Formats: sequence, C-alpha cells, structure tokens
Amino acid sequence: MIPVAFDYVRAESLDEAIAALSEHGDEAKLLAGGHSLLPLMKLRLGTPSVLVDIGRLSELSFVRDEDTYIAIGALTRHHDVQHDTIVLREAPLLAAVAGRIGDPQVRHRGTIGGSLAHADPASDLPGAVLALDGTLVARGPAGDREIPASEFFKGFLETTLAPSEVLVEIRVPKGTTGHSYQKFVRRSQDWAIVGVAVARVNGHVGVSLVNVASTPVRATAVEQALASGASAADAAEQAAEGLEPTGDANATPEFRRHLARVLTRRGLVEAGL
Amino acid sequence: MKVEVGVNGVAYERDVEPRTLLVYFLRKLGLTGTNVGCDTTSCGACTVLLDGESVKSCTVLAVQVDGRSITTIEGLADGEELHPMQRAFREHHGLQCGYCTPGMVMAAVSLVAENPDLDEHQVREGLEGNLCRCTGYHNIVAAVLDAAQSSREGAW
Ligand SMILES: Cc1cc2nc3c(=O)[nH]c(=O)nc-3n(C[C@H](O)[C@H](O)[C@H](O)COP(=O)(O)OP(=O)(O)OC[C@H]3O[C@@H](n4cnc5c(N)ncnc54)[C@H](O)[C@@H]3O)c2cc1C
Ligand code: FES
Ligand code: FES
Repeated sequence: MIPVAFDYVRAESLDEAIAALSEHGDEAKLLAGGHSLLPLMKLRLGTPSVLVDIGRLSELSFVRDEDTYIAIGALTRHHDVQHDTIVLREAPLLAAVAGRIGDPQVRHRGTIGGSLAHADPASDLPGAVLALDGTLVARGPAGDREIPASEFFKGFLETTLAPSEVLVEIRVPKGTTGHSYQKFVRRSQDWAIVGVAVARVNGHVGVSLVNVASTPVRATAVEQALASGASAADAAEQAAEGLEPTGDANATPEFRRHLARVLTRRGLVEAGL
Repeated sequence: MKVEVGVNGVAYERDVEPRTLLVYFLRKLGLTGTNVGCDTTSCGACTVLLDGESVKSCTVLAVQVDGRSITTIEGLADGEELHPMQRAFREHHGLQCGYCTPGMVMAAVSLVAENPDLDEHQVREGLEGNLCRCTGYHNIVAAVLDAAQSSREGAW
C-alpha cells in the first residue's frame, strides 16, 4: 500500500514549520512519528498534499522538571516517556500508559504530541493527560497558547488546535500519590477496547475513560462520589453514568459500560483508594 | 528528493519519491531479507534497526531516515560468522517457514540491546509487535533468552 503522492517539506525550525502550515493551510499535515498518519495515508483515508516533517526538531523532545509541573516536549517518543526518570518519579501514570501503547517498534516512533493531536478516542495518552488535568501548549503565528486538556478534545480525531498551530509542550502537575491505567485488550499490542486512567494528585482524584465516546472523557460522577466519601467499589458503580458508547466487533455498548465500571474499580483500588 | 542513508555500514545516495516507504527503499537496494507481511504495522516482518532501535519499515518513509543509519538482517552476521541472535534462532529451532524471522531477529536484537537482563515474560512482551504463524513462539522465546545470556556474558 503506497500513499498518494505528496510534497515533502522538512522543517529545520519550529518557525519554518508554522510558516509552512500557514502557507499551505488545510492541504498540509504535520508529520511527527508518522505512526497514525502514515497508516491512514497508506489506506488512502488521508490524502494531504503537503507533509511538513517536524521529526528533526530535537528541541521539541525533552522532559523538564519545573516547579509544580513537568513539561514534556511534543516530539518526545512513547519509548522515552516510558523510561524517563523524571516522568517515572513525577508523573508515573504517563510512563505506565506510554509503556502500554502498541509494541516496542511503535513506541520507538510514536510521539506524545502526535498522539494528543491525532485525538483518536481509543488512544491511551489523551486519557492519561486528561485524568492528570494537564495543559497543552500550542504555538502558532501569533505565539503561544495554553489549552487545558479538558478543552482540547473536540470530537473524533478533532481538537481545538488551529490548522497553523503546532503542539509544542504537554504539562502535567507534580504530586502524584497514586495512579493506575487499566487497559482492556484481547491481544497485547491492541488498542484499548476500554481504558481507565486514575491519577491521585495533590489530594484530588482524576478518573478518565478511553474509547467509550468520541473523545476521552472524565468520569465526573465517580470523582464526585469519591469526593463525598464513597468507597472505591461504590464510586466505580457510577463509571458508566451518562455514557453512550458505540458497539463494534470488539464490544457491544453494554459490554463497554460494564468494562468501564469494572476497570474503574480495579483502577481505584490499584491507585490506593 | 535526494536521500543519503547508511545501510549496514554502506552509504547509499538515491533519488526517491517522498512517498517511498523505507521497506521498499531497502528491497530495491537488493536487500530483500526484510519482508513485507501485513503492510499495516501489525506483523513486524519488516522490522529493521534505525540507529540501533527496532522500527517497522513499512511505516517509515525513506525521507524520514535521510542521514541516519539502518541495519537490516543482512547486516548482522560478520562474514560467515552468524550474529549470536541468529545462531540462537538456529540452535533452538526458532523458525519454521522463516517468513517472520528477519523481523523477529531484528526486534529481538533491539530488545536485548535495551535490556539484556530479561526474563521469559519480558521477552514475550517485548516481541508483542511480531507475529509468527508457525512456531507457537516457544522456541523463539528460548532462542532470545539464550542470546540474551550470551550478551550478558559479553559475547556480543
Ligand atoms: C500498530 C500500531 C499500534 C498502535 N497502538 C496504539 C495503542 O495501543 N495506543 C495508542 O494510544 N496509540 C497506538 N498507536 C498510535 C501511536 O501511538 C501513534 O504514534 C500516535 O497516535 C501518533 O503519534 P505520531 O508521532 O506517530 O504522530 P503522526 O502520525 O506523525 O501524526 C498524527 C497526527 O497528529 C498531527 N501532529 C503530530 N504532531 C503534532 C504536533 N506536534 N502538533 C500538532 N499536530 C501534530 C499530525 O499532523 C497528524 O494529523 C498505534 C499505532 C500503530 C501503528
Ligand atoms: S509489514 Fe510492516 S508490520 Fe507487517
Ligand atoms: S516461522 Fe513461519 S511465520 Fe514465523
């Protein structure tokens, strides 16, 4: 399977990437690790006429320990998020989640920025960043913009990024005291049939659900139940509240709701609740 | 577009269409050891090393590896002397039809290079991106464990 022909622009700097996006508009797509985009292009489900390769912008691959949060460059690969000592210490949920993505070869190529920008509701990292109340930093022609994770995901493969914006950094708060990622799959390299991310950070518990809606969603009913003193088992019963997941070859809607409850309970318990 | 790619220690300069996938770039060089299985990033038959790390070459563009270095199955042996991983696959009968083998061996080399001190469970997880329709994996896992031990003993 060969993608439709396209023009290839290799960005040597972030400014060049933004300029190329501004010039080509909707015709252009950024290329990071290529592990969501290239499979789509090979199936000809995606036919951008210009690819702007940001894969060489090493300044976008970093993990920094800031005062109250850690900052992860958008081009940091899943493999590096999984093994980075700062991430392991300050945001262990992200390391655990990155390690569950696809397989080692996929993790050697795929990036955290690409995963968030692609916004596949079955992806693992968007759910984790949402549970952690992360903030995304985008740079466009007008400069930097901070977007709370809760406002970033708009719909299936849709985010609030403008076509000329590049996601440059992901920030998540320090202070994790418990975490868990429960990913239900039939084969180890697969996407989540349902996933649940739990993060206890600075006294607050964030719970988010993967692949039960067109975006990752926060399990607010569970969080509220916990905040008002419910046990993990009782709170988890609320996990499917308001959900209308779709059915597919892997799971009926009812099975997805069931998984949401069971995995949430397991996640809360593993996170020490 | 012109690219210069180091493959198994040899620099190749070629003019490619941007949409050329690395696996076809390599096969066109005559290096047909790297197989295409699924062509959808699932089976791992096309696994090669990019600067020493395993990647699925059906999902990498040749232009993305311009200036970088690739190792394919052809680049592992030292003349007549098989690489310890290849030797272990042969000794443990870690292959039957052989179709998955080049990718399996390259994935295993990368896995052991990252962590030579692995147990059976870690080998099975580490090869989750490589499918084999013949062996049932048992002998592949035995081969990788054996090669990992030889690596720990300094044989690589
Ligand atoms: C076999 C296989 C299995 C997988 N399994 C999983 C899994 O289990 N869980 C999971 O979560 N994911 C999985 N993935 C997806 C993988 O994690 C991708 O790497 C990731 O979703 C996209 O990251 P990328 O760097 O490859 O992005 P690309 O494919 O390069 O880009 C994806 C999209 O994001 C845009 N983009 C990329 N970077 C930026 C940026 N910095 N700013 C703005 N836009 C940007 C691109 O224009 C494109 O539209 C799998 C992929 C494969 C091939
Ligand atoms: S051919 Fe590349 S993963 Fe199957
Ligand atoms: S030996 Fe035949 S596919 Fe693995």
